[in-house]
Amino acid sequence: MEAEQIEILGFLSQFEPFSNMPEETLESVARQIEVSYYRAGSQIYDYGDEIHDLCMIRSGAVEVYRRSGKLHDRLSEGDLFGQMGLLMKNRVPLPSRALEDTLIYFIPEAVFTELFEEFPSFADFVEVQDRTRLSKVVSDKEDMNDLTTAKVTTLINREPVMLEATATIQRAAEMMTTEGVSSLLITDADKPQDREEDLVIGIITDRDLRTRVLAIALPLDTPVSEIMSSNLVTLDDNAYVFEAMLAMLRYNLHHLPILRHNRPIGVIALSDIVRYESQSSLYMVSGIFRAQNVEELSAMSEEVKSCFQRMVQEDANSHMIGSAMAVIGRSFKQRLCELAEEQFGEPPVPYCFLALGSMARDEQLIVTDQDNALILDDQFRPELHDEYFVKLSAFVSDGLAQCGYSYCKGEIMATNPTWRKTRSEWERCFADWIDNPDAEALLNCSIFFDLDGVWGETSWAEQLYRFIVLRARGNKRFLACLARNALNRTPPLGFFKNFVMEQDGRHNNSINLKRRGTAPLADVIRVHALAAGSTAQNSFERLNDVIEADILPHGRGPDLRDALEFISLVRIRHQALDLEEGREPDNNIEPENMSEFERRNLKDAFQILSNAQKLLKFRY
Amino acid sequence: MFRALLNRRKDRLALAGDRDDWPREFARLEQDAVDFRLRNFYEAGVVDADTPLKDVPFVAMDFETTGLNPARDDIVSVGLVPFSLDRIRCRESRHWIVNPRQPLAEQSVVIHGITHSDVSNAPDLMRILELLLESLAGKVVVVHYRRIEREFLNTAMQARLAEGISFPVVDTMDLEARLHRTGRSGFVARLKGDKPVSIRLADSRTRYGLPYYQPHHALTDALATAELLQAQIANRFTPETPISEIWR
Repeated sequence: MEAEQIEILGFLSQFEPFSNMPEETLESVARQIEVSYYRAGSQIYDYGDEIHDLCMIRSGAVEVYRRSGKLHDRLSEGDLFGQMGLLMKNRVPLPSRALEDTLIYFIPEAVFTELFEEFPSFADFVEVQDRTRLSKVVSDKEDMNDLTTAKVTTLINREPVMLEATATIQRAAEMMTTEGVSSLLITDADKPQDREEDLVIGIITDRDLRTRVLAIALPLDTPVSEIMSSNLVTLDDNAYVFEAMLAMLRYNLHHLPILRHNRPIGVIALSDIVRYESQSSLYMVSGIFRAQNVEELSAMSEEVKSCFQRMVQEDANSHMIGSAMAVIGRSFKQRLCELAEEQFGEPPVPYCFLALGSMARDEQLIVTDQDNALILDDQFRPELHDEYFVKLSAFVSDGLAQCGYSYCKGEIMATNPTWRKTRSEWERCFADWIDNPDAEALLNCSIFFDLDGVWGETSWAEQLYRFIVLRARGNKRFLACLARNALNRTPPLGFFKNFVMEQDGRHNNSINLKRRGTAPLADVIRVHALAAGSTAQNSFERLNDVIEADILPHGRGPDLRDALEFISLVRIRHQALDLEEGREPDNNIEPENMSEFERRNLKDAFQILSNAQKLLKFRY
Repeated sequence: MFRALLNRRKDRLALAGDRDDWPREFARLEQDAVDFRLRNFYEAGVVDADTPLKDVPFVAMDFETTGLNPARDDIVSVGLVPFSLDRIRCRESRHWIVNPRQPLAEQSVVIHGITHSDVSNAPDLMRILELLLESLAGKVVVVHYRRIEREFLNTAMQARLAEGISFPVVDTMDLEARLHRTGRSGFVARLKGDKPVSIRLADSRTRYGLPYYQPHHALTDALATAELLQAQIANRFTPETPISEIWR
């Protein structure tokens, strides 16, 4: 009779990577296991020892450390170690010691090799390079996700209908009716049709015919050029559906021409996307712009949470959720600025309302405070104009607070006179921070270096950011200081039992995923992006630029992307869970609330962050 | 229950005086043995009394029985797990269910979960005896509470072959008792309000940080016993300690 090790079998089947294996395989593994007991403090493997087993902790705790004696990891019940040695010529690279009285189940090499060859999931799990595992998790997830992987071209179902700018509006209405479309692209009659660029100079839509023609009784022979919208917002045919959605939200558009090599290949309408994304941020944003006062706006802030929850349920990725939340936050600001101007009148000088930090990076989540500032025209005279901007800033800031965006504790708000500067003052200010990077300047950098114009003269924000990038890029000393600054917030080593394990071996019972994960990642990415001269603000886009600039060792860029994606997703999921269970969402998560899957992959992600910080140290 | 048993019976096989000379005892027993299986078992011999623990081949053994009285009850299942100080080797472990010559009592079915239909299809102990003794040959048997395994096996063989069996054992319960039940007598301890420390298998294991295993499966209990001995040696002896310190 076959001797069946019931206890061992039962234990194995509780833990990854065994939990998904067929029963017969597990029985065979359990039968071949060897067991040994290690008293607390005793050495299990020394550096360079021969190793012929994969080790699984049955009970107790094990410390794995580097040759330098520095703690590498602390493991507990169900954790595996020794795979590195098995995959590296049977020599132990990292010594291990029993931290408590420990019972180890040894899985002999022959079994290990068999499992490794037969089960890709097992191989992935024990693979030496932990980052490989994380990357697989992230890409597996993305495969399931239509919105992020579908290209805009999938929404195009016909050629664009085009009309020359000199045609009459009646001709336009006729054409729209016969063709059955809700928009027309307007072409420049003087330009030859085969010219590639700038063929399309405008667009008209159903709504334009209503608001710009009928409502004001415009003669029907008026040329379409008089009612068309120029300043076209378009997307490249490589864009994803969610990017189209964001562009529409951001610019409050219902039609978006798609170009291939600058030639229109179609127009997608908001209704095309709504099919994809049933009831989400789209409605939220149009609701915000319909709100007539602060009370109505603040009444909508609850909806932000349900919109967030829906996106999480729909398996959106962190870039989509972060962007959608940022678009919503931006819309609140825009509408508040609009309402402020209605109340206080036209601004005395042009201005630009800035969003800073996560909103500017399109990485906003549900728990967020308002970081904002004002760029004023150089004509600005405090004694004449400041009163207006004091009132406007207070109105917007108080309004945001009512809508759930709490005041910034560091007073980085337009209400603070320090952060209302003219264009040239801002340039001098940034120049000074970059040329004389003291502690305070660096602290400001991590907030002000992500900036986005939200309302008013938004192009000023882009110009200012180009100025910053140009100035920072060549300044080695500044980059070095910024790099050092990016090392201030370190990730924890990982988890040990139900604790977060810190680098020095201490334990905490919760972890702030923003402070210890996404924020330091964004810091690291910002340094590389500035060095590469990238003008992107979003961390994922910055990473794309960094990867393109080829300034990172091979594979490190994609690793960082996976790490950021995974940590963000865990943070997002836990906030959604908090909301679901009626708790105030925060950035803290407790290890006991994490799945085994999350724990392992988070640990990998922290390791990638830690390596990236090490790289910063000698790179800049 | 164990205490009652302890008081009632004297260990017939505790060769207190010969404890250090099991090899000579085995040579003598080999001469007297009639059954070839027994002769082979003794012929394989036993380690010398001064053998350091790190060189001793062990085998943990556990029986499930129809009751606790070797004279009346019989063996239902046998679990064997060979091991050394370094490693417990599940690959070489054995588990048999055997058909007892005594009826299975309801209470014992509740304990070990082996049912009437399980045993009715199982072989008699005699049919597995050769394999069993081969697995034990040359090794030092480890049990938790030696009176069960040694006496049941002895009695079962007496009944079937009219020949008993004798071998040294390491008793993990006895090792715990030495640690926790020395000094004051039960009476003095009771006066002083001491609670006796439990030396049952599961409780003993807990003291060494060993995990809880569901008891009363012969193979699991044998594994649990092997792990306990490793823990006891790691905590209280050294790899150089001679086997004579712990066997009986």
